Amino acid sequence: MTTASGEKKRRGWFKEEFGNPERRAAYYMILPALFIVLVVACYPVLYGIVLSFTDSTIIAFGSFVGLENYVEMFQNPDFLEGLSNTLIYTVVSVALEFVIGLAIALAINQAFRGRGLVRAAILVPWAFPTVISAAMWRLMFQNQVGIIQYVANALGLVSEPILSDRTLLLMAAIVVDTWKTTPFMALLLLAGLQVIPGDVYEAARVDGANVMQRFFRITLPLLKGAILVALLFRTLDAYRVYDLFWVLSNRELKSLSTFVYEGVRISQLQFGQGNAAAVFIFVTAFLIALFFIKVLGMRTSVEE
Amino acid sequence: MASATTKGGASGRSSLNAVLFYVFLVIFVLVSVLPLIWVFKMSIVTKTELFATPPTILPRNPTGAEYVQVFGDPRFQHALINSAIISGVTTVVCLFFGSTAAYAIARLKFRFRTSVMTLILALSFFPQVAIIAPLFIQYSKVGIINTYWAAIISDTAFALPLTVWLLVAFFKELPADLEEAARVDGATTIQAFRKVIVPLAAPGVFTTAILTFIFAWNEYLFANTFLFDESTQPVTVVIPNFATIYTVDYGAQAAAAVVVTVPLVILVLIFQRRIVSGLTAGAVKG
Repeated sequence: MTTASGEKKRRGWFKEEFGNPERRAAYYMILPALFIVLVVACYPVLYGIVLSFTDSTIIAFGSFVGLENYVEMFQNPDFLEGLSNTLIYTVVSVALEFVIGLAIALAINQAFRGRGLVRAAILVPWAFPTVISAAMWRLMFQNQVGIIQYVANALGLVSEPILSDRTLLLMAAIVVDTWKTTPFMALLLLAGLQVIPGDVYEAARVDGANVMQRFFRITLPLLKGAILVALLFRTLDAYRVYDLFWVLSNRELKSLSTFVYEGVRISQLQFGQGNAAAVFIFVTAFLIALFFIKVLGMRTSVEE
Repeated sequence: MASATTKGGASGRSSLNAVLFYVFLVIFVLVSVLPLIWVFKMSIVTKTELFATPPTILPRNPTGAEYVQVFGDPRFQHALINSAIISGVTTVVCLFFGSTAAYAIARLKFRFRTSVMTLILALSFFPQVAIIAPLFIQYSKVGIINTYWAAIISDTAFALPLTVWLLVAFFKELPADLEEAARVDGATTIQAFRKVIVPLAAPGVFTTAILTFIFAWNEYLFANTFLFDESTQPVTVVIPNFATIYTVDYGAQAAAAVVVTVPLVILVLIFQRRIVSGLTAGAVKG
Protein backbone atom coordinates (compact mmCIF):
# COMPACT_ATOMS: atom_id res chain seq x y z
CA MET A 1 0.00 0.00 0.00
CA THR A 2 2.66 2.45 1.09
CA THR A 3 4.93 1.38 -1.77
CA ALA A 4 2.09 1.80 -4.21
CA SER A 5 1.36 5.33 -3.05
CA GLY A 6 5.10 6.06 -2.97
CA GLU A 7 5.34 4.79 -6.51
CA LYS A 8 2.44 6.98 -7.53
CA LYS A 9 3.99 9.97 -5.81
CA ARG A 10 7.29 9.39 -7.56
CA ARG A 11 5.57 9.07 -10.90
CA GLY A 12 3.65 12.25 -10.16
CA TRP A 13 6.91 14.04 -9.51
CA PHE A 14 8.41 12.62 -12.66
CA LYS A 15 5.38 13.62 -14.69
CA GLU A 16 5.45 17.11 -13.27
CA GLU A 17 9.09 17.55 -14.24
CA PHE A 18 9.02 15.98 -17.66
CA GLY A 19 5.37 16.43 -18.68
CA ASN A 20 5.73 20.19 -18.65
CA PRO A 21 7.37 21.35 -21.90
CA GLU A 22 9.18 24.26 -20.24
CA ARG A 23 10.72 22.03 -17.58
CA ARG A 24 11.59 19.40 -20.14
CA ALA A 25 13.34 22.06 -22.20
CA ALA A 26 15.29 23.10 -19.09
CA TYR A 27 16.63 19.58 -18.69
CA TYR A 28 17.58 19.32 -22.37
CA MET A 29 19.46 22.59 -22.04
CA ILE A 30 21.33 21.67 -18.91
CA LEU A 31 22.18 18.04 -19.64
CA PRO A 32 25.16 18.47 -22.01
CA ALA A 33 27.04 20.73 -19.59
CA LEU A 34 26.15 18.50 -16.66
CA PHE A 35 27.29 15.42 -18.57
CA ILE A 36 30.72 16.93 -19.31
CA VAL A 37 31.18 17.98 -15.70
CA LEU A 38 30.13 14.60 -14.31
CA VAL A 39 32.29 12.57 -16.70
CA VAL A 40 35.42 14.73 -16.62
CA ALA A 41 35.40 15.89 -13.00
CA CYS A 42 33.14 13.85 -10.72
CA TYR A 43 33.73 10.31 -11.97
CA PRO A 44 37.57 10.69 -11.93
CA VAL A 45 37.43 11.75 -8.27
CA LEU A 46 35.77 8.46 -7.37
CA TYR A 47 38.16 6.53 -9.58
CA GLY A 48 41.10 8.36 -7.97
CA ILE A 49 39.91 7.37 -4.50
CA VAL A 50 39.79 3.72 -5.62
CA LEU A 51 43.28 4.00 -7.16
CA SER A 52 44.73 5.40 -3.94
CA PHE A 53 43.91 2.14 -2.13
CA THR A 54 45.59 -0.08 -4.74
CA ASP A 55 49.11 -0.73 -5.97
CA SER A 56 48.14 0.27 -9.51
CA THR A 57 50.56 1.78 -11.98
CA ILE A 58 49.69 4.19 -14.73
CA ILE A 59 49.36 1.31 -17.19
CA ALA A 60 47.88 -1.49 -15.07
CA PHE A 61 45.23 -1.68 -12.39
CA GLY A 62 46.69 -3.37 -9.31
CA SER A 63 45.35 -5.09 -6.23
CA PHE A 64 43.94 -3.66 -3.04
CA VAL A 65 46.62 -2.66 -0.50
CA GLY A 66 44.56 -0.85 2.15
CA LEU A 67 46.16 2.28 3.60
CA GLU A 68 49.71 1.43 2.52
CA ASN A 69 49.99 4.34 0.07
CA TYR A 70 48.84 6.80 2.72
CA VAL A 71 51.25 5.44 5.32
CA GLU A 72 54.17 5.68 2.89
CA MET A 73 53.09 9.15 1.81
CA PHE A 74 53.10 10.50 5.38
CA GLN A 75 56.60 9.03 5.88
CA ASN A 76 57.91 10.57 2.68
CA PRO A 77 60.01 13.69 3.41
CA ASP A 78 59.16 15.10 -0.05
CA PHE A 79 55.46 15.01 0.78
CA LEU A 80 56.00 16.62 4.18
CA GLU A 81 58.13 19.36 2.62
CA GLY A 82 55.42 19.95 0.00
CA LEU A 83 52.77 20.10 2.69
CA SER A 84 54.65 22.62 4.82
CA ASN A 85 55.56 24.76 1.78
CA THR A 86 51.95 24.75 0.62
CA LEU A 87 50.65 25.77 4.05
CA ILE A 88 53.19 28.59 4.51
CA TYR A 89 52.66 29.82 0.95
CA THR A 90 48.86 29.77 1.26
CA VAL A 91 48.63 31.55 4.61
CA VAL A 92 51.27 34.20 3.92
CA SER A 93 50.32 35.05 0.34
CA VAL A 94 46.56 35.17 0.99
CA ALA A 95 47.10 37.35 4.09
CA LEU A 96 49.34 39.77 2.16
CA GLU A 97 46.98 39.89 -0.79
CA PHE A 98 44.02 40.56 1.46
CA VAL A 99 45.60 43.42 3.41
CA ILE A 100 47.13 45.14 0.36
CA GLY A 101 44.08 44.42 -1.78
CA LEU A 102 41.72 45.92 0.80
CA ALA A 103 43.91 49.05 1.06
CA ILE A 104 43.85 49.47 -2.71
CA ALA A 105 40.10 48.84 -2.92
CA LEU A 106 39.41 51.46 -0.23
CA ALA A 107 41.70 53.94 -1.97
CA ILE A 108 40.20 53.64 -5.42
CA ASN A 109 36.58 53.40 -4.28
CA GLN A 110 35.92 56.96 -5.49
CA ALA A 111 35.76 58.83 -8.74
CA PHE A 112 39.13 60.24 -9.77
CA ARG A 113 41.02 61.19 -12.86
CA GLY A 114 42.85 58.27 -14.46
CA ARG A 115 40.59 55.60 -13.01
CA GLY A 116 40.47 53.70 -16.30
CA LEU A 117 44.27 53.58 -16.42
CA VAL A 118 44.45 52.19 -12.89
CA ARG A 119 41.86 49.57 -13.72
CA ALA A 120 43.77 48.51 -16.82
CA ALA A 121 47.02 48.31 -14.82
CA ILE A 122 45.20 46.14 -12.28
CA LEU A 123 44.18 43.70 -14.97
CA VAL A 124 47.55 43.34 -16.67
CA PRO A 125 49.15 40.97 -14.12
CA TRP A 126 45.86 39.14 -13.70
CA ALA A 127 45.57 38.34 -17.42
CA PHE A 128 49.07 36.85 -17.62
CA PRO A 129 49.36 33.09 -17.74
CA THR A 130 50.80 32.11 -14.35
CA VAL A 131 53.60 30.16 -15.98
CA ILE A 132 54.61 33.13 -18.12
CA SER A 133 54.72 35.47 -15.15
CA ALA A 134 56.73 32.80 -13.33
CA ALA A 135 59.14 32.61 -16.30
CA MET A 136 59.45 36.42 -16.37
CA TRP A 137 60.13 36.67 -12.66
CA ARG A 138 62.61 33.80 -12.92
CA LEU A 139 64.56 35.95 -15.38
CA MET A 140 64.52 38.83 -12.90
CA PHE A 141 65.63 36.60 -10.02
CA GLN A 142 68.30 35.02 -12.22
CA ASN A 143 71.85 35.01 -10.93
CA GLN A 144 73.69 36.50 -13.94
CA VAL A 145 71.16 38.85 -15.55
CA GLY A 146 68.48 39.23 -12.87
CA ILE A 147 67.79 42.76 -11.67
CA ILE A 148 66.36 41.60 -8.33
CA GLN A 149 69.39 39.45 -7.57
CA TYR A 150 71.62 42.42 -8.49
CA VAL A 151 69.75 44.84 -6.22
CA ALA A 152 69.54 42.30 -3.37
CA ASN A 153 73.30 41.72 -3.64
CA ALA A 154 74.04 45.43 -3.78
CA LEU A 155 71.95 46.03 -0.66
CA GLY A 156 73.59 43.06 1.05
CA LEU A 157 70.23 41.33 1.55
CA VAL A 158 71.27 37.93 0.25
CA SER A 159 74.59 36.17 0.04
CA GLU A 160 73.65 33.33 -2.29
CA PRO A 161 71.76 32.97 -5.60
CA ILE A 162 68.03 33.32 -4.88
CA LEU A 163 67.11 30.53 -7.29
CA SER A 164 69.27 27.93 -5.56
CA ASP A 165 68.03 28.44 -2.02
CA ARG A 166 64.69 26.81 -1.14
CA THR A 167 63.72 29.30 1.56
CA LEU A 168 64.44 32.23 -0.74
CA LEU A 169 62.55 30.47 -3.53
CA LEU A 170 59.48 30.10 -1.33
CA MET A 171 59.67 33.81 -0.48
CA ALA A 172 60.08 34.59 -4.17
CA ALA A 173 56.98 32.52 -4.97
CA ILE A 174 55.00 34.47 -2.37
CA VAL A 175 56.18 37.77 -3.89
CA VAL A 176 55.22 36.70 -7.41
CA ASP A 177 51.81 35.46 -6.33
CA THR A 178 51.13 38.63 -4.35
CA TRP A 179 52.09 40.70 -7.40
CA LYS A 180 49.86 38.69 -9.66
CA THR A 181 46.69 38.27 -7.62
CA THR A 182 46.49 41.25 -5.24
CA PRO A 183 44.84 43.32 -8.02
CA PHE A 184 42.23 40.63 -8.50
CA MET A 185 41.54 40.61 -4.77
CA ALA A 186 41.25 44.41 -4.86
CA LEU A 187 38.77 44.17 -7.71
CA LEU A 188 36.53 41.68 -5.86
CA LEU A 189 36.62 43.79 -2.68
CA LEU A 190 36.00 46.98 -4.67
CA ALA A 191 32.88 45.42 -6.16
CA GLY A 192 31.72 44.65 -2.62
CA LEU A 193 32.49 48.21 -1.46
CA GLN A 194 30.53 49.74 -4.30
CA VAL A 195 27.25 48.20 -3.18
CA ILE A 196 27.51 49.77 0.31
CA PRO A 197 25.23 52.82 0.09
CA GLY A 198 26.98 56.14 0.73
CA ASP A 199 24.31 57.45 3.08
CA VAL A 200 25.24 54.82 5.67
CA TYR A 201 28.61 56.56 6.03
CA GLU A 202 26.93 59.96 5.97
CA ALA A 203 24.65 58.95 8.85
CA ALA A 204 27.60 57.59 10.84
CA ARG A 205 29.57 60.78 10.24
CA VAL A 206 26.63 62.88 11.46
CA ASP A 207 26.53 60.71 14.58
CA GLY A 208 30.20 61.55 15.15
CA ALA A 209 31.88 58.26 14.15
CA ASN A 210 35.55 58.73 13.23
CA VAL A 211 37.39 57.08 10.35
CA MET A 212 38.45 54.02 12.33
CA GLN A 213 34.98 53.49 13.78
CA ARG A 214 33.42 53.82 10.35
CA PHE A 215 35.87 51.25 9.00
CA PHE A 216 35.42 48.66 11.76
CA ARG A 217 31.72 49.20 12.46
CA ILE A 218 30.40 49.75 8.93
CA THR A 219 32.80 48.84 6.16
CA LEU A 220 34.07 45.52 7.51
CA PRO A 221 30.68 44.09 8.61
CA LEU A 222 28.97 45.12 5.37
CA LEU A 223 31.89 43.82 3.33
CA LYS A 224 31.99 40.48 5.15
CA GLY A 225 30.26 38.56 2.35
CA ALA A 226 32.61 39.85 -0.36
CA ILE A 227 35.65 39.28 1.90
CA LEU A 228 34.75 35.66 2.61
CA VAL A 229 34.13 34.90 -1.06
CA ALA A 230 37.44 36.48 -2.06
CA LEU A 231 39.35 34.74 0.76
CA LEU A 232 37.89 31.31 0.06
CA PHE A 233 38.53 31.68 -3.64
CA ARG A 234 42.14 32.75 -3.14
CA THR A 235 42.84 30.24 -0.35
CA LEU A 236 41.78 27.26 -2.43
CA ASP A 237 43.59 28.66 -5.44
CA ALA A 238 46.83 29.08 -3.48
CA TYR A 239 46.39 25.69 -1.81
CA ARG A 240 46.50 23.87 -5.15
CA VAL A 241 49.59 25.80 -6.37
CA TYR A 242 51.47 23.94 -9.04
CA ASP A 243 52.47 25.99 -12.09
CA LEU A 244 54.07 28.89 -10.21
CA PHE A 245 56.32 26.61 -8.13
CA TRP A 246 57.14 24.31 -11.03
CA VAL A 247 58.27 27.04 -13.41
CA LEU A 248 59.67 29.67 -11.05
CA SER A 249 61.96 27.18 -9.32
CA ASN A 250 62.52 24.96 -12.36
CA ARG A 251 61.05 21.95 -10.48
CA GLU A 252 62.99 22.60 -7.27
CA LEU A 253 60.28 23.90 -4.96
CA LYS A 254 57.84 21.28 -3.69
CA SER A 255 54.12 21.70 -3.07
CA LEU A 256 51.33 19.18 -2.57
CA SER A 257 50.39 19.47 -6.23
CA THR A 258 53.95 19.06 -7.53
CA PHE A 259 54.15 15.91 -5.40
CA VAL A 260 51.07 14.51 -7.16
CA TYR A 261 52.41 15.55 -10.55
CA GLU A 262 55.75 13.85 -9.94
CA GLY A 263 53.99 10.67 -8.85
CA VAL A 264 51.75 10.63 -11.90
CA ARG A 265 54.07 11.85 -14.63
CA ILE A 266 57.70 11.52 -13.57
CA SER A 267 58.53 8.92 -10.97
CA GLN A 268 56.37 5.90 -11.81
CA LEU A 269 57.38 4.23 -8.54
CA GLN A 270 55.48 6.84 -6.58
CA PHE A 271 52.21 6.50 -8.49
CA GLY A 272 50.39 5.10 -5.45
CA GLN A 273 51.62 7.86 -3.16
CA GLY A 274 50.75 10.42 -5.82
CA ASN A 275 47.17 9.15 -5.84
CA ALA A 276 47.02 9.22 -2.07
CA ALA A 277 48.24 12.82 -2.12
CA ALA A 278 45.62 13.68 -4.77
CA VAL A 279 42.87 12.38 -2.48
CA PHE A 280 44.48 14.23 0.44
CA ILE A 281 44.34 17.53 -1.51
CA PHE A 282 40.75 16.94 -2.52
CA VAL A 283 39.56 16.11 0.99
CA THR A 284 41.47 18.93 2.71
CA ALA A 285 40.32 21.48 0.11
CA PHE A 286 36.77 20.33 0.80
CA LEU A 287 37.34 20.79 4.55
CA ILE A 288 38.70 24.30 3.98
CA ALA A 289 35.58 25.21 2.02
CA LEU A 290 33.42 23.67 4.75
CA PHE A 291 35.27 25.74 7.36
CA PHE A 292 34.51 28.96 5.49
CA ILE A 293 30.86 28.03 5.08
CA LYS A 294 30.05 26.56 8.49
CA VAL A 295 32.44 28.29 10.88
CA LEU A 296 32.83 31.70 9.28
CA GLY A 297 29.23 31.76 8.07
CA MET A 298 29.84 32.40 4.39
CA ARG A 299 26.58 32.71 2.50
CA THR A 300 26.37 29.96 -0.09
CA SER A 301 22.84 30.50 -1.30
CA VAL A 302 22.83 30.91 -5.04
CA GLU A 303 19.19 31.93 -5.03
CA GLU A 304 18.52 35.59 -5.43
CA MET B 1 43.69 86.65 9.27
CA ALA B 2 43.06 83.75 11.56
CA SER B 3 40.25 82.50 9.38
CA ALA B 4 42.44 82.83 6.29
CA THR B 5 45.14 80.70 7.92
CA THR B 6 42.64 78.00 8.86
CA LYS B 7 41.22 78.02 5.38
CA GLY B 8 44.67 77.84 3.81
CA GLY B 9 45.62 75.03 6.19
CA ALA B 10 42.54 73.02 5.32
CA SER B 11 42.96 73.28 1.59
CA GLY B 12 46.68 72.62 2.00
CA ARG B 13 45.86 69.44 3.85
CA SER B 14 43.35 68.22 1.30
CA SER B 15 45.72 68.91 -1.58
CA LEU B 16 48.41 67.06 0.38
CA ASN B 17 45.97 64.15 0.63
CA ALA B 18 45.38 64.32 -3.09
CA VAL B 19 49.12 64.26 -3.74
CA LEU B 20 49.59 61.28 -1.41
CA PHE B 21 46.68 59.56 -3.13
CA TYR B 22 48.24 59.98 -6.55
CA VAL B 23 51.68 58.92 -5.28
CA PHE B 24 50.05 55.76 -3.96
CA LEU B 25 48.34 55.17 -7.30
CA VAL B 26 51.52 55.75 -9.29
CA ILE B 27 53.43 53.28 -7.11
CA PHE B 28 50.66 50.76 -7.49
CA VAL B 29 50.47 51.10 -11.27
CA LEU B 30 54.27 50.96 -11.57
CA VAL B 31 54.53 47.81 -9.46
CA SER B 32 51.86 46.20 -11.62
CA VAL B 33 53.43 46.94 -14.98
CA LEU B 34 57.18 47.31 -14.25
CA PRO B 35 58.01 43.60 -14.41
CA LEU B 36 56.53 43.44 -17.90
CA ILE B 37 58.41 46.55 -18.99
CA TRP B 38 61.66 45.26 -17.51
CA VAL B 39 61.36 41.89 -19.24
CA PHE B 40 60.56 43.75 -22.45
CA LYS B 41 63.76 45.73 -21.95
CA MET B 42 65.69 42.46 -21.41
CA SER B 43 64.31 41.21 -24.72
CA ILE B 44 65.51 44.16 -26.82
CA VAL B 45 69.07 44.67 -25.55
CA THR B 46 72.16 43.10 -27.01
CA LYS B 47 73.65 40.06 -25.29
CA THR B 48 76.62 41.99 -23.91
CA GLU B 49 74.37 44.67 -22.47
CA LEU B 50 72.13 42.01 -20.91
CA PHE B 51 75.06 40.70 -18.86
CA ALA B 52 76.46 44.16 -18.03
CA THR B 53 77.18 45.05 -14.39
CA PRO B 54 75.70 47.33 -13.23
CA PRO B 55 72.64 46.73 -15.40
CA THR B 56 71.60 49.54 -17.72
CA ILE B 57 68.27 51.21 -16.99
CA LEU B 58 67.46 52.22 -20.56
CA PRO B 59 68.48 50.03 -23.50
CA ARG B 60 71.52 51.50 -25.30
CA ASN B 61 71.25 49.75 -28.67
CA PRO B 62 67.74 48.35 -28.99
CA THR B 63 67.63 45.31 -31.25
CA GLY B 64 64.91 42.98 -32.48
CA ALA B 65 67.31 40.09 -32.92
CA GLU B 66 65.78 38.01 -30.14
CA TYR B 67 62.31 38.41 -31.66
CA VAL B 68 63.57 37.32 -35.08
CA GLN B 69 65.10 34.27 -33.44
CA VAL B 70 61.97 33.39 -31.43
CA PHE B 71 59.54 33.88 -34.28
CA GLY B 72 61.82 31.90 -36.60
CA ASP B 73 61.75 28.98 -34.19
CA PRO B 74 59.26 26.38 -35.51
CA ARG B 75 58.70 25.11 -31.96
CA PHE B 76 57.38 28.53 -31.01
CA GLN B 77 55.23 28.86 -34.13
CA HIS B 78 53.66 25.46 -33.46
CA ALA B 79 53.04 26.32 -29.83
CA LEU B 80 51.20 29.52 -30.78
CA ILE B 81 49.00 27.63 -33.23
CA ASN B 82 48.36 24.85 -30.70
CA SER B 83 47.37 27.40 -28.05
CA ALA B 84 45.02 29.13 -30.49
CA ILE B 85 43.35 25.85 -31.46
CA ILE B 86 42.97 24.54 -27.91
CA SER B 87 41.64 27.80 -26.45
CA GLY B 88 39.52 28.61 -29.50
CA VAL B 89 37.73 25.24 -29.54
CA THR B 90 37.37 25.26 -25.75
CA THR B 91 35.75 28.70 -25.89
CA VAL B 92 33.28 27.70 -28.61
CA VAL B 93 32.30 24.45 -26.86
CA CYS B 94 31.94 26.21 -23.50
CA LEU B 95 29.75 28.95 -24.95
CA PHE B 96 27.58 26.46 -26.79
CA PHE B 97 26.83 24.19 -23.82
CA GLY B 98 27.27 26.91 -21.21
CA SER B 99 24.75 29.32 -22.69
CA THR B 100 21.90 26.79 -22.80
CA ALA B 101 22.67 25.63 -19.27
CA ALA B 102 22.92 29.22 -18.04
CA TYR B 103 19.62 30.12 -19.64
CA ALA B 104 17.87 27.20 -17.97
CA ILE B 105 19.32 28.19 -14.60
CA ALA B 106 18.62 31.90 -15.00
CA ARG B 107 15.13 31.79 -16.51
CA LEU B 108 13.45 28.38 -16.28
CA LYS B 109 12.01 26.62 -13.27
CA PHE B 110 12.96 23.01 -12.61
CA ARG B 111 13.46 20.80 -9.62
CA PHE B 112 17.26 20.56 -9.36
CA ARG B 113 18.09 24.17 -10.16
CA THR B 114 19.81 24.94 -6.85
CA SER B 115 21.70 21.65 -6.78
CA VAL B 116 23.01 22.19 -10.30
CA MET B 117 24.16 25.72 -9.47
CA THR B 118 25.87 24.52 -6.27
CA LEU B 119 27.65 21.76 -8.17
CA ILE B 120 28.87 24.27 -10.74
CA LEU B 121 30.08 26.65 -8.05
CA ALA B 122 31.83 23.84 -6.17
CA LEU B 123 33.67 22.86 -9.33
CA SER B 124 35.33 26.26 -9.63
CA PHE B 125 37.03 25.57 -6.28
CA PHE B 126 38.03 22.08 -7.30
CA PRO B 127 41.75 21.12 -7.13
CA GLN B 128 42.31 19.90 -10.70
CA VAL B 129 45.49 18.11 -9.71
CA ALA B 130 43.36 15.59 -7.79
CA ILE B 131 42.11 14.01 -11.01
CA ILE B 132 45.10 14.06 -13.36
CA ALA B 133 45.95 10.39 -12.76
CA PRO B 134 42.44 9.00 -13.41
CA LEU B 135 42.05 11.27 -16.45
CA PHE B 136 45.45 10.21 -17.78
CA ILE B 137 44.40 6.55 -17.56
CA GLN B 138 41.01 7.19 -19.17
CA TYR B 139 42.40 9.33 -21.98
CA SER B 140 44.98 6.61 -22.71
CA LYS B 141 42.21 4.00 -22.88
CA VAL B 142 40.11 6.10 -25.24
CA GLY B 143 43.23 6.89 -27.27
CA ILE B 144 43.14 10.68 -27.04
CA ILE B 145 46.20 11.12 -24.82
CA ASN B 146 48.69 13.52 -26.43
CA THR B 147 46.01 14.96 -28.73
CA TYR B 148 44.30 18.36 -28.64
CA TRP B 149 41.17 16.64 -27.36
CA ALA B 150 42.76 15.67 -24.05
CA ALA B 151 43.39 19.36 -23.32
CA ILE B 152 40.14 20.63 -24.83
CA ILE B 153 37.90 18.22 -22.92
CA SER B 154 39.59 18.86 -19.56
CA ASP B 155 39.73 22.64 -20.10
CA THR B 156 36.06 22.66 -21.09
CA ALA B 157 34.95 20.90 -17.91
CA PHE B 158 36.77 23.43 -15.74
CA ALA B 159 36.00 26.54 -17.79
CA LEU B 160 32.27 25.69 -17.94
CA PRO B 161 31.57 26.80 -14.35
CA LEU B 162 33.06 30.21 -15.18
CA THR B 163 31.11 30.43 -18.45
CA VAL B 164 27.81 29.39 -16.85
CA TRP B 165 28.30 31.63 -13.84
CA LEU B 166 28.96 34.72 -15.96
CA LEU B 167 26.15 34.00 -18.42
CA VAL B 168 23.61 33.43 -15.63
CA ALA B 169 24.46 36.90 -14.32
CA PHE B 170 24.08 38.44 -17.80
CA PHE B 171 20.85 36.61 -18.64
CA LYS B 172 19.26 37.70 -15.37
CA GLU B 173 19.78 41.32 -16.33
CA LEU B 174 17.50 41.00 -19.38
CA PRO B 175 13.84 41.96 -18.83
CA ALA B 176 11.64 38.89 -18.18
CA ASP B 177 8.73 39.80 -20.47
CA LEU B 178 10.87 39.32 -23.58
CA GLU B 179 10.37 35.58 -23.76
CA GLU B 180 6.77 35.98 -22.68
CA ALA B 181 6.16 38.04 -25.80
CA ALA B 182 7.95 35.47 -27.95
CA ARG B 183 5.96 32.68 -26.30
CA VAL B 184 2.69 34.50 -26.99
CA ASP B 185 3.72 34.64 -30.62
CA GLY B 186 3.96 30.84 -30.53
CA ALA B 187 7.71 30.28 -30.04
CA THR B 188 8.88 27.28 -28.02
CA THR B 189 11.23 27.74 -25.06
CA ILE B 190 14.26 26.85 -27.14
CA GLN B 191 13.23 29.14 -30.00
CA ALA B 192 12.69 32.01 -27.56
CA PHE B 193 16.19 31.40 -26.21
CA ARG B 194 17.84 31.25 -29.65
CA LYS B 195 16.00 34.03 -31.40
CA VAL B 196 15.40 36.50 -28.57
CA ILE B 197 17.77 36.01 -25.68
CA VAL B 198 21.04 35.14 -27.42
CA PRO B 199 21.05 38.20 -29.72
CA LEU B 200 20.10 40.55 -26.87
CA ALA B 201 22.70 39.11 -24.52
CA ALA B 202 25.42 39.38 -27.18
CA PRO B 203 27.61 41.85 -25.24
CA GLY B 204 27.52 39.61 -22.17
CA VAL B 205 28.18 36.53 -24.27
CA PHE B 206 31.14 38.31 -25.84
CA THR B 207 32.62 39.23 -22.44
CA THR B 208 32.17 35.63 -21.34
CA ALA B 209 33.94 34.47 -24.49
CA ILE B 210 36.95 36.69 -23.74
CA LEU B 211 37.23 35.46 -20.16
CA THR B 212 36.80 31.82 -21.16
CA PHE B 213 39.45 32.25 -23.85
CA ILE B 214 41.91 33.77 -21.36
CA PHE B 215 41.20 30.91 -18.94
CA ALA B 216 41.95 28.29 -21.60
CA TRP B 217 44.96 30.19 -23.01
CA ASN B 218 46.51 30.31 -19.53
CA GLU B 219 45.89 26.67 -18.60
CA TYR B 220 49.04 24.73 -17.77
CA LEU B 221 48.51 21.68 -15.55
CA PHE B 222 46.37 19.62 -17.95
CA ALA B 223 48.44 20.53 -20.99
CA ASN B 224 51.66 19.69 -19.17
CA THR B 225 50.21 16.35 -18.04
CA PHE B 226 48.41 15.07 -21.14
CA LEU B 227 50.51 16.48 -24.01
CA PHE B 228 54.05 15.16 -24.36
CA ASP B 229 55.48 16.52 -27.55
CA GLU B 230 55.80 19.78 -29.36
CA SER B 231 53.26 18.88 -32.05
CA THR B 232 50.41 19.48 -29.57
CA GLN B 233 51.87 21.49 -26.68
CA PRO B 234 50.56 25.06 -26.16
CA VAL B 235 52.75 28.09 -25.36
CA THR B 236 52.28 27.74 -21.61
CA VAL B 237 54.11 24.39 -21.76
CA VAL B 238 56.68 25.30 -24.42
CA ILE B 239 57.88 28.65 -23.03
CA PRO B 240 59.05 27.37 -19.63
CA ASN B 241 60.93 24.66 -21.60
CA PHE B 242 62.77 27.44 -23.43
CA ALA B 243 64.71 27.85 -20.19
CA THR B 244 66.30 24.48 -20.99
CA ILE B 245 66.50 24.90 -24.77
CA TYR B 246 68.00 28.41 -24.79
CA THR B 247 70.03 27.70 -21.66
CA VAL B 248 71.84 31.00 -21.23
CA ASP B 249 69.96 32.89 -23.92
CA TYR B 250 67.91 34.89 -21.45
CA GLY B 251 67.07 37.50 -24.09
CA ALA B 252 65.26 34.92 -26.21
CA GLN B 253 63.37 33.64 -23.16
CA ALA B 254 62.31 37.22 -22.39
CA ALA B 255 61.22 37.82 -25.99
CA ALA B 256 59.11 34.65 -26.00
CA ALA B 257 57.40 35.64 -22.75
CA VAL B 258 56.64 39.12 -24.10
CA VAL B 259 55.16 37.76 -27.34
CA VAL B 260 52.73 35.55 -25.45
CA THR B 261 51.53 38.27 -23.11
CA VAL B 262 51.12 41.06 -25.66
CA PRO B 263 47.83 39.71 -27.11
CA LEU B 264 46.44 39.37 -23.59
CA VAL B 265 47.52 42.87 -22.60
CA ILE B 266 45.85 44.25 -25.74
CA LEU B 267 42.64 42.30 -25.03
CA VAL B 268 42.64 43.63 -21.48
CA LEU B 269 43.23 47.23 -22.52
CA ILE B 270 40.46 47.17 -25.12
CA PHE B 271 37.88 45.33 -23.05
CA GLN B 272 38.83 46.34 -19.51
CA ARG B 273 35.40 47.79 -18.71
CA ARG B 274 33.61 44.65 -19.84
CA ILE B 275 36.09 42.34 -18.15
CA VAL B 276 35.69 44.13 -14.82
CA SER B 277 31.91 43.94 -15.05
CA GLY B 278 32.16 40.25 -15.92
CA LEU B 279 34.63 39.40 -13.15
CA THR B 280 32.58 41.11 -10.49
CA ALA B 281 29.15 40.07 -11.79
CA GLY B 282 28.96 36.89 -9.76
CA ALA B 283 30.97 38.08 -6.79
CA VAL B 284 28.64 40.85 -5.70
CA LYS B 285 25.36 39.08 -6.11
CA GLY B 286 26.65 35.69 -4.95
